[in-house]
Amino acid sequence: MADTPFILQEHQFQRLKTVLARLCVECAARVVFLIDRDGQPIAFHGEIGDMDTTSFSSLAAGNVAATSSMAKLIGEDAFPCVVHEGEHESIYISIIGRSLLVVVFDERSTLSLVKIRSKRGSFEVAGILDEATTDSANFRINQNSFFSEITDEDIDSLFS
Amino acid sequence: MTFINYASREINCKIVYYGPGLCGKTTNLQYIYDSTAPQAKGKLISLATETDRTLFFDFMPLELGTVRGFKTRFHLYTVPGQVYYDASRKLILKGVDGVVFVADSQEERMDANIESLYNLEENLGSQGYDLNQLPYVLQLNKRDLPNVTPYEELSHELLKKGEPVFEAVATNGTGVFDTLKAVAKQVLTELRKG
Repeated sequence: MADTPFILQEHQFQRLKTVLARLCVECAARVVFLIDRDGQPIAFHGEIGDMDTTSFSSLAAGNVAATSSMAKLIGEDAFPCVVHEGEHESIYISIIGRSLLVVVFDERSTLSLVKIRSKRGSFEVAGILDEATTDSANFRINQNSFFSEITDEDIDSLFS
Repeated sequence: MTFINYASREINCKIVYYGPGLCGKTTNLQYIYDSTAPQAKGKLISLATETDRTLFFDFMPLELGTVRGFKTRFHLYTVPGQVYYDASRKLILKGVDGVVFVADSQEERMDANIESLYNLEENLGSQGYDLNQLPYVLQLNKRDLPNVTPYEELSHELLKKGEPVFEAVATNGTGVFDTLKAVAKQVLTELRKG
């Protein structure tokens, strides 16, 4: 059977957005993302311009999955963070349970600042995600009219 | 793992195309990409070698429409088919909601199909999944080639649990959307069951 769905309620999403917005300012970052480890974007704050956030999320998750497996091959449990430093833009990814906090920053910030501020913010993010995970486990989709009322016709209409 | 966001009213699901090397997984995705309206799809990301063999994965997000006010978004992935990329295949199966097994119908690829299907079951097991409990579709690809194994024989060898089976020619799109529709429908039906 597939995993239990992860359900993010509106109030949890808004709280996450608030934390990300603050982190973005504190890190002097261009943009801060929260991504599920399976590659689903959860929330972000900052200047995305024309960045393809869906592809970015999928690749970030693939990147962390690959480096985590490399860690195991050399006897480490995991690498808690992954850093990519470019000439102008850099990426700092830290693992928060089943999610990834991704900070994209440029010359206006520094890696050490991003590391310190991300660590502080990650506790708050973890708290909200833990709450959402617990709520998801307790949430019976059958009791929720949105999903239990989905009919075969609804599903078929997606492909018409 | 299906991700439901009540704030943005979105349902996000992950579908993985699995199968032996050169069976047509990437071709399935490429056809879906080429045939879908721009507003319904994101970029097709292909992490491939210089000879266009899948190195890590192909990925494309596809928006199918709205169900009860929720946008349904499917993230389609392929795995690298070559035997020695097994570590990558395991990673891509994490969080999967539905699997399409793309079989190569050519007679000489029968063993490769069986080996890949066994590998799928093993890798799903290592991630805590059971193929019998997952939304799953079998696609028999390359039916246009002259040296194909007869339908009955191939499906007899590869059928696992009475899953939907589709004959396909991914290069011209035959059976591609039927396959996608069948697996997406199973994923949404699972969601309804809770």
